[in-house]
Order: sequence, then C-alpha cells, then structure tokens
Amino acid sequence: MKFRFQRKYFSIPYIIFLALFIIVPMFFIAYYAFSNSSGAFSFEAAKKFFTDPAKFQVILVSLFIAIQTTLICLIIGYPIAYILAKKEYNHNVVLIMLFIMPMWINFVLRTAATRDILFAIGLTGGKHPYVATLIGMVYNYLPFVILPLYSTMLKLDRSQMEAAADLGASPIQVFFKNTIPQSMPGIISAVTMTLMPVMSSYVISDALSEGNITLIGNSIYLSFANSQWNNGSFTALLLLILVLLTMWGTNGRKSEEVRGGLW
Amino acid sequence: MASEEVIISLSNVVKSFGDFHAVDNFSLDIKKGQFVTILGPSGCGKTTTLRMIGGFELPTGGTILLNGKDITKLPPYKRPINTVFQRYALFPHLDVYDNVAFGLKFKKVPVKCTNRKGEEVIKMKHFKASQIDEMVTKALQVVDLDELEDRDVTTLSGGQQQRVAIARCIINKPEILLLDEPLGALDLKMRKDMQIELKEMHKKLGITFIYVTHDQEEALTMSDVIVVMNHGVVQQVGTPEQIYNEPTNAFVADFIGESNLFNGIMVGDKKVKFLGQEWLCEDDFPLDERVDVVVRPEDVILSEVNEKSKIFGQVTSKVFKGVHYEYLIQIGKNEVLAKSTKNYDDKELAIALIPDGIHIMKKPDLNNIFTGCEVQKDNTVELAGGYLETDLTKLLPGSKIDDDGYLVKGEKKYDLTGAKLTIEIDKTKIDIYDNEEGQIKGTVVSSIYKGDHYAIIVRSEDDEEFIIDTNYEFNGGEIVSLLIKKEDVSIRLKGDIDEYEI
Repeated sequence: MKFRFQRKYFSIPYIIFLALFIIVPMFFIAYYAFSNSSGAFSFEAAKKFFTDPAKFQVILVSLFIAIQTTLICLIIGYPIAYILAKKEYNHNVVLIMLFIMPMWINFVLRTAATRDILFAIGLTGGKHPYVATLIGMVYNYLPFVILPLYSTMLKLDRSQMEAAADLGASPIQVFFKNTIPQSMPGIISAVTMTLMPVMSSYVISDALSEGNITLIGNSIYLSFANSQWNNGSFTALLLLILVLLTMWGTNGRKSEEVRGGLW
Repeated sequence: MASEEVIISLSNVVKSFGDFHAVDNFSLDIKKGQFVTILGPSGCGKTTTLRMIGGFELPTGGTILLNGKDITKLPPYKRPINTVFQRYALFPHLDVYDNVAFGLKFKKVPVKCTNRKGEEVIKMKHFKASQIDEMVTKALQVVDLDELEDRDVTTLSGGQQQRVAIARCIINKPEILLLDEPLGALDLKMRKDMQIELKEMHKKLGITFIYVTHDQEEALTMSDVIVVMNHGVVQQVGTPEQIYNEPTNAFVADFIGESNLFNGIMVGDKKVKFLGQEWLCEDDFPLDERVDVVVRPEDVILSEVNEKSKIFGQVTSKVFKGVHYEYLIQIGKNEVLAKSTKNYDDKELAIALIPDGIHIMKKPDLNNIFTGCEVQKDNTVELAGGYLETDLTKLLPGSKIDDDGYLVKGEKKYDLTGAKLTIEIDKTKIDIYDNEEGQIKGTVVSSIYKGDHYAIIVRSEDDEEFIIDTNYEFNGGEIVSLLIKKEDVSIRLKGDIDEYEI
C-alpha cells in the first residue's frame, strides 16, 4: 500500500504534545497522589491532608481570599467597564489601554513594585499580611475582570434598559433587573478568570505577606520544595477538581447566551 | 369612540442636538382614545417626538401635559405610558411569561387589610403571584399567544415577538401606548395582518395609541388622526381623508400617496397654467403667483388621441397592477402618472383633467422641491439637464457607499441606479453664476429686490424653475448657471428602499 498524505496528519505534533505534556503528567500527579514514599498504592497523602487542620485552613483562607478578590474586582471593575463601553469613550483606545496594560507587564515585577509601595505606606506583609495580599491580588486580577466585562458591555442593548424603565423600573431596578442579567456572560467569564487563578497563585501572596499567608499554591510549592511529592500531588489534584467543579458550575449558565467573554 | 377630553398636550416642544433642531415647535393635542399616527420620512423627528412623550429624551423647550399635569421632566418609569419599541427590546434572559409580567413586579396597588388591632387599613402592596398569573394569561389572550407562555423569547418569530412586546405594555393598563414603527421588521403579509389586529386591539382596549411610521399606507389604514412631519416641523394634522384629499402643501401631497407635482402659475381667476396649458381649478390664488399643482394619478382622465386632443404625449411605460393599469405619459419635459382601468394599446394618449382633480398649493417660500429626479450610475442625480452630486447615505441612516458605488448597510446592499428621488434645495444654498461654472443652465425670468437681497427665479431649459436668494443683481433674460453643493441637496426616496436591495 502506498502512503498517502492526509490532512489529519497535521495534528500529529499536537497530539504528541498533548500526550507528553498534559495527559502523561496528569497520570503522574494522580499516581503520586495515591501512593506512599516507597511508591506503593496508599491513601496516606489523602489521610494526611484531611486530618491536618493546617491544610484545611489553607483551603479556607484560599477560598476566602479568592472570593473577596473576585468580589472587590467586580465592584471596582464593573463601573469602569460600563463607563469605558459608553459611546463617548469606547473609541478612546488609549484610555482602554491604560486599564488593560498592567496585564502585559511581568507580574513578578509588578508584585515587587506593589510590595515596595505598600511598604512605603506602612502596609507591610509582617503587620498586615491579609490586607497586603488582598490588595496585591485585586491589583493583579483587575484587568482580567475589566476586559471580559468591557466586551459584554459593548454589546449591551440600551433599548432593553429603556424598555425596563418604560415598564416602571426605577434606575436601580433597571440595573439589577436588566443591566446585570444582560452582562451575566461577562461576569461569569470574569469570575472564572479570577476565582481559581487567585486560589492557585503563590508568588503574590508569598511576596506580599512575607510568607505569613499560605494559599493552596504556596502549600503545593512547599510540599514539593520539601520533597513531599505525594502530599503536593494530592493537593494539586484537589485543586484541579475544584477548578473543574467551578467550570462545570458556570458553564451551565453560559450555554444559551452569547458568550461575551475573552474566548 | 374618541372622547373630547384631551389626554396629552404638547405645546411648542423643541428638541435640539447642538445646532440641529430635530423637533421644532411641535404642538399637538391628542384626545383620549384616539389612534394618532405621526408620519414622515426618516430623520423627520417623529421618533424623537415619541421618545419625548415616553420620557427618554428631555425636550429642549416647551411643555408636555398629561391629563393637565406637566410631565415634561418626569422620568419614564413614573409615566403611565408604555412603548412598543422598534426592535421590540424584549428581555432575552426571561421567558414569555416573565417578559409580560415584568412591569407588574414594580407596581403597587392599594389593598385592604386588617392590622393587629383589627382595624381596616389600606396598604400599598405588590401584586400576589396569583393575580399576576391571571393578568398575564389575560394579556396573552388579547394578543393570541396564550399557548406560548413558557417559551424562550429568542425562539419566537418576528410576529410573535411583536405580540409579546404589545402584551408586555398593555398588561400595565397604560393611558397611552406608544408604538415606534412596530411593523417595520415584519414581512408584507404579516404587516397587513398586524395592521388590522392592532386596529382591533385599539378598539377593544380603548387605550390612546400614538403610532410612528414612515409608511403612508399604514398611516392611512389605521389612524383616526395623522400628523405629517418633515424636518422636525408639523406639516399637517388631519384625518386620513383630509390629508389625502386636501394636502396643505406639496410635501404632504407628494408624501401621501402617489401624485403628480407640477410647478404652475396663476393666470386668472381660478385659472392656473401648467403642462403648457391653462386649466380651470377650484382654488383661488392671486394672479401671477407661482404655485405647486398636485394631481392624483387616478384623477388623470385618459383617452385616445384624436384631432380635438389638446394635450397628449408618448406612453413611456405601462404596468398592469391587478385592478388598474399604470401609465407614464411624457408631456413636454414633464412625466404624468395616470391610473386607468382601461387597457390602451396606443403609443400616444391624450389627457384631461377636471377642476376638482387639480389641487393648488401655496409654494413654501423656503425651498425648491423637485420630484422624480433619477439616480444615475455614478450616484449623481439628474435635475433640469444637470447632474447633482448627492449624498445617498442620507436615505438610510447608518449606511455608506462602498467602492463599487453601492449603498451598503450591514449585510444589505442597494443599487439605487434608476431610483426616483425627491430633491429639496434651500433657496439660499444655490450659487448663481453668469458663466458656465454651475451644473444647471437656465435663464433668469424674474429678479425682485427684497430689501437686502434679490429673489431670483431661474428657468432651466426643460422648464424647471429655481428660486434663489442672492446678493447679486441679475437681469431678466440673462443666461446663467447654477451651482449646488452636495451637502445642500436634501433627498428623499419615493417608495421603499428595500425595493432596491440586491
């Protein structure tokens, strides 16, 4: 039989890449998560994780910071996106750039700068680790909230808001009954783009809290740094499950509507 | 069924955007229960007027009274007025039921209840779910949608969405229902059905309807009163019969129904000259006054040419329209549109007019109006032997001209070559030259000094007349040329632009 080139062969490099760098490592994580230091199958890591109150606290703190960051970002980002999407400004590329640009600057550098500024105003990681971390997180993730919100806001149907007002809704009621539901796709994208990344990030909390706040990301890093591969893998696996759960939770709502997110 | 009670009264309402007056000195009283249509070409200010009544735009001047109370500055949610929007503006995140129930959730009604002491008191309360249920069902029945209450609004057809939009309004029992070109997005058949249904709904509900449209036929079919607008100014207010039979000016005559518009001059007592002929007429105007003459196509009497025929011309087109034939007859430089049930095969036909069929109107002293100007391949428009550059994008807001010279808006593309436009040119915007600088050549037939300027009338080679205000003196008989700039040519399309879609 003669070899015939088919278009599907183009996908081979990607399949190899997928297998080598995504699927195989996943199996490694799963393997390490459910084995002991000698390599035999065991629930040791799981048991250790769930019996260790410190670990539980890490999850709780991470969840707290993530939810707070997301909420603060939404509260700050929503009006900004709304204003930017208004006719008067939405051709003003420079203005929009200013809000998006921080995203393109190396974030290690940004975090270092944030730390120095916070230090200068007396919010050191030693004294106020939680507040410092929160400020750093909000600063870092705000563009990720503004961008998807901005792109949905551009598509807001003003006549719907007029219709709501026409039917008796006061400006505040119009906002909650129409503007928010209309921008839901953007809000969902914004949440997916902040909630989970904040939980798993570790550079920001590490640098700004001077090691006083441990998030899941930090905890995984510490486990691996101390050669506790099994514990680290189990935490990573747990994080992965959490991510999948939120994705699953938000996707259901997204399906019917026009997707206003980044992708 | 319309009572004598005035429900809404607009007086001297003005809306300006910068220097541009979208609505200028609009005054109108609408009686309770009437079906009023505001009719005019796109950009005439009709939607702006409606939006001011709805509360979405604040007037720059003037007042709006509802039942005698000033509501000029009241926000929309406090007005007992509801709007059916052009594109319905339904809420896609809600189903049919919730869309219709939307307005009820904000309403509070006085409810009698007993307080702790056992006394009867009246409290303002939201509707109960069961009450809302009942009202939604009723509203959906009115619009014939009772089967669809659980459907997602995005899955409905245009006509069904339209009905939801109406149900959503009438459930609030508004005092006035505003309808902003609600049938524009429907196909022809659907539009006809909805016209009848809307009219019936109006009768059944007894709510005052204010309807905005650019479709003169729709206006004539449905309304008790028609308000014709142009350039933000009310041209005429009257019943459909009045508007059709006794238009007050050439614009109204031209806009309402098909008509022949000629420039005429009064030559005697109830005698007017146009088409190179003197005619008896019923309107009295001063001698020598220049007038607009309107003749409806159905008033043109056709006959075969014989030796007695005074006025006859070549038949340039003949179209069978079902009940009648439509003939275009070239008489001199003028085209005459005529309707007749008789089928003539002649190449030439004679025309006659009875005095009752000749409507004479005072020429508006502002502008020059020309009808039936044909768009050429290069998007210029032929007028009086010259070619004017025009901005065709004015015909369709938001459109542009592409590289091939077609008019495009979104996905739609229009080829306007051959389309007949009505052209309006301000008399102060025409430059007059004693050389061949301008596009149109003609002869000065009169020049009158008006204190600070000359009012000049120039007649082109094909008998079109231009009124021009200028600072320079010209003598009668002088050969001149006229220059008209692209931005000063205001254009209007006869018929629907969709006919030219390609």
